[in-house]
Amino acid sequence: MVRIRDLVFRRGNRTILDGVDIDIPRGAIVAFMGPSGVGKTTILRLISGQLRPDSGTVEINGQLISSMSDRELHHFRRNIGVLLQDGALFTDLTVFENIATPVREHTDLPEALVRRLVMSKLNAVGLGGIEYKMPHELSGGMARRVAFARAVVLDPAIMLYDEPMTGLDPIAVSTIRTLMRETNDALGQTSVVVSHNVTQVRQFADYCYIIASAKIAGEGTPEELASSREPRVDQFMNGKVEGPIPFHYEPPGAPWGLLD
Amino acid sequence: MSTPATRLDRLTGPITEAGRCLLFLFRMLSGIRLSGQQVLTVLQQTYLIGARSLVIIMICGFFVGMVLSLQAINALEQFGASDQVSLLVGKSLFRELGPVLTALLFAGRAGTSITAEIGLMKATNQLEAMELMAIDPVQRIALPRFAAGVISVPLLTGMFCALAILGSVVFSIGVMGLDAGIFWSKLQTGVYFQKDFIGGIWKSVVFGGTVSLIAVYFGYSARPTGAGVGTATTNTVVLSSVLILVFDFIMTSFLT
Repeated sequence: MVRIRDLVFRRGNRTILDGVDIDIPRGAIVAFMGPSGVGKTTILRLISGQLRPDSGTVEINGQLISSMSDRELHHFRRNIGVLLQDGALFTDLTVFENIATPVREHTDLPEALVRRLVMSKLNAVGLGGIEYKMPHELSGGMARRVAFARAVVLDPAIMLYDEPMTGLDPIAVSTIRTLMRETNDALGQTSVVVSHNVTQVRQFADYCYIIASAKIAGEGTPEELASSREPRVDQFMNGKVEGPIPFHYEPPGAPWGLLD
Repeated sequence: MSTPATRLDRLTGPITEAGRCLLFLFRMLSGIRLSGQQVLTVLQQTYLIGARSLVIIMICGFFVGMVLSLQAINALEQFGASDQVSLLVGKSLFRELGPVLTALLFAGRAGTSITAEIGLMKATNQLEAMELMAIDPVQRIALPRFAAGVISVPLLTGMFCALAILGSVVFSIGVMGLDAGIFWSKLQTGVYFQKDFIGGIWKSVVFGGTVSLIAVYFGYSARPTGAGVGTATTNTVVLSSVLILVFDFIMTSFLT
């Protein structure tokens, strides 16, 4: 369903992704893991078309995202739901209006139907009755669930999650994890999740990619990766300080240390 | 030490920025649909940024009218022409002070809040979320605020002028004891509706458009950090104020 081939992406002189190949089958929840700043969110933005690769292709359902015009991309994004790290709820709108916004924007449904749709999604995330609250009145976990309801309100074919559980308490984490799994299976979605939390990813992902040093360092099911002997995968999965993945950021071209 | 390249950047930077701002304006205008939802959003914004600026505009207008009358009477008294005060106040208000001061107050009260609001929406990824939902943030967020500014400033100018005349009446007639009949007849015969009042309203439309465009553009292009939003807000007030005075001179040159 999502097919990435020979992808190269640079920021200035720094190569973020170098010759990456990725296949994400329909109906699967696939996680991208790796140290902070390695380019996990960049992959998400390349899939959503927010960023364009320097070379290589990104293909969703046979359509080349990487070479679409802005208008085509705008149209195509109606099939994609995104849950950003902080939820990104519209702070000037109520919970109800937040969830109703994509429905009103992309459909001509009568108001009664919009209301039923919004309330059904709100009930599905266990938050029926808070529709008139403003985002600042919600806890972090509630805001993330409202953002989730908004992201899935039009039943998108692909869901993109950027660190969906970061900063949440264990109960909220379990709730989001269950919602992700149930929605993915019920709607036959394909989900792409970016995370650096190994424990959480093992609980919901069908397949994982580990990114390090601009390449795919390892891939497989969470169990396969957990028992991998590949040094970079082993270092990341077990949180080892010593290993081939450097702790220090090395600017391109700059000498490391005064005596080098 | 600045190199020739950075000196060139300093020269071309403002021109490039002005070009981007104009492209942003065209992008906004191309999104006008006059749909029910868009009209409703514009009305909501007109209430939020226009109606909520009413109190400050009315208070300032009243005191500007009073101080203008005070100065005018002091000056005109020397020539025995203090009964001409309403003419002087009316002409200067409708032509210059009304549109200019209203626009300056609007830039400080509403322009800053528009920039800060949009900048904060950018910093908290709300604009990014909109793009990802296939909703154009320029049409959804920037256009209604811009349109509301264009509608609000002329209306606020009318209110400013009305309150300034009231302030002048209170001071000239109530405090200084000028004859009410002479005051009103001079105002009625000396101030022309088309030339003075409508001329001032045209100015206020341009000022409203200028302030709103700068406010939404700076908010939209702000760096998504606390400092970035702060800088953008400051720039909105500074550039709006300068451009209001520049455009005032240009328009006065053509209108008179």
